[in-house]
Amino acid sequence: MTRFLQTRTGTWTGFAAAALVLFGLAPLVLSGFRLGLLAQFLCYAIVAVGIGLAWGRGGMLTLGQGVFFGMGAYLMAMHLKMADAAFEGGPGAVPDFMMLAGIREVPAYWAPFASPAFTIAAILVLPTAFAVLLGFAVFKRRVKGAYFAILSQALAGAFAILLIGQQSLGGFNGLSRFRYFFGFTLADPVNQQMLYFIAAAVLLAVVAIALQLRRSRYGELLVAVRDAEERVRFLGYDAANVKVVAYAVAALFASVAGAVFVPIVGIISPASIGIVPSIMFILGVAIGGRASLIGPVVGALAVAWAQTALSEQFPSAWTYAQGLLFIVVIALLPGGIASIAAVAKRSRTQPVTVEAAA
Amino acid sequence: MSVLTCKQIEVDFDGFRAVAGVDLSLALGEVHFLIGPNGAGKTTLVDAITGLVKYSGSVVKDGVELRGRKVHHIARAGIGRTFQTAAVFENLTVAQNLDIAAGAGRSAWSLLRRRRHLPEGVVDTMDRIGLAAHADTPAGILAHGQKQWLEIGMLLVGDADVLLLDEPIAGMGPDERETTGRLLHDIAADRAVAVVEHDMDFMRAFASRVTVLHAGAVLASGSVEQVAGDARVQEVYLGTTEKETADAATA
Repeated sequence: MTRFLQTRTGTWTGFAAAALVLFGLAPLVLSGFRLGLLAQFLCYAIVAVGIGLAWGRGGMLTLGQGVFFGMGAYLMAMHLKMADAAFEGGPGAVPDFMMLAGIREVPAYWAPFASPAFTIAAILVLPTAFAVLLGFAVFKRRVKGAYFAILSQALAGAFAILLIGQQSLGGFNGLSRFRYFFGFTLADPVNQQMLYFIAAAVLLAVVAIALQLRRSRYGELLVAVRDAEERVRFLGYDAANVKVVAYAVAALFASVAGAVFVPIVGIISPASIGIVPSIMFILGVAIGGRASLIGPVVGALAVAWAQTALSEQFPSAWTYAQGLLFIVVIALLPGGIASIAAVAKRSRTQPVTVEAAA
Repeated sequence: MSVLTCKQIEVDFDGFRAVAGVDLSLALGEVHFLIGPNGAGKTTLVDAITGLVKYSGSVVKDGVELRGRKVHHIARAGIGRTFQTAAVFENLTVAQNLDIAAGAGRSAWSLLRRRRHLPEGVVDTMDRIGLAAHADTPAGILAHGQKQWLEIGMLLVGDADVLLLDEPIAGMGPDERETTGRLLHDIAADRAVAVVEHDMDFMRAFASRVTVLHAGAVLASGSVEQVAGDARVQEVYLGTTEKETADAATA
């Protein structure tokens, strides 16, 4: 099965099956509300694919992906607020929440986000550029392992605190109550379904990019850096550059996920990008299997779904279930859900060899 | 002809002088053994040349001073090394290991694409190090000796012309030693090879030149006979047991 998926035909079959489920089956069987939830989970899965690349293949425990997710989300939210204001009050109108906060003029850094093209470019470029700068600063100094993880997590915490203090970005409440998405009314169920399709298409694209990176020579080099960074240096490579690329790609994925998340969920606030959400991203990847391609996607979807389902039934139980799930996976299944097949195969063949030996 | 010239290398670890003013010259076509008791500074010298530890003095290769350069720049300048414990990429196959070693100068574009076929150099090297049948074997499950050969192979495909090998036959059986020794002479035809080694029999059988280090300084340098005949060498190193001294004299 896994061998078949590694062939060219297998890859296309896999993508076709995923597309069939996401674009055909899911809208058919799920209610509008559930489809909206799935769209939200798909955004988490997009972040997870990036973490799978940086952490699973590159060995960088990115505990602060909320930073890049948040950047993409806030950039998109700023555009939506500007567009809403322009729609109701004409060009240059001040977004509603600013009026309430007593801000009478659009701040200079908000103005360019009236342009959809500028916003999309910013979502693609700004977080990636930030990740490249940060990556160079960190990896050139050979900061790695737990130190890198703590640094990323602290960054996520600091970013959330910074945002809480910004009244012109909605402060603690964040940005919400969006009415239009590039001219489409967000209240319309047809447009909500369109947003789901966008999230699904982005997920497939992101998985395709990750697949290409894994199979390329770069993918082999990244694994080499993960396993023996010093050795790679002695072969004439600058290992820091190799890591920066994976880190920046993961940041780009997270940013795009954040940008798609905002119109789907209708709110972005510091609470959804700080330390706790950043750990949630990691949790899904760990449970799904960080080193595999599809593991992070499956894990992210499973954790998000379990959280929703359990919270609906037993509001306080989720935290415990989450902790339990994490412990079980770390202790019994270090390779995550993706390794179940391999583990089962091993346990099936082992008794045979024991018998043969006896 | 000398490819790599080290002058007055000094390495100081917080007041402890691990290497205290070593001159070393490596020539094409020679298998140059660095021997000496534990703590003599052999590995530290290799670390200094490859940029892993800071030092004073000078290392010149092809007329270019290498002191102060970064590890990967020194590697690109054609100096390759192996480690005491075989450092191969265990999760990658033999072919992938060699392909990475061959590709330090690859463009971003070729890195982002899938490898369609193995470069010629990689195929040739797999033959040379006797691992052609293991191209798709993960390096992690190779035998110990095969890992050491793979490591040497990784230097060969990378176009290094100065090879610094840290105990390449550690843990090998007699047959593997013999094969490795012949491999060293084979690859030294158009390269300079330096070998850090403890094994005296191996040294006598395969050294073109020997430098003896003791307490961070060069004690003697020359052919096997010259070094073995040196009274001070016998005293501090070969003379540790009488049998070895006798062996050395007759070798």
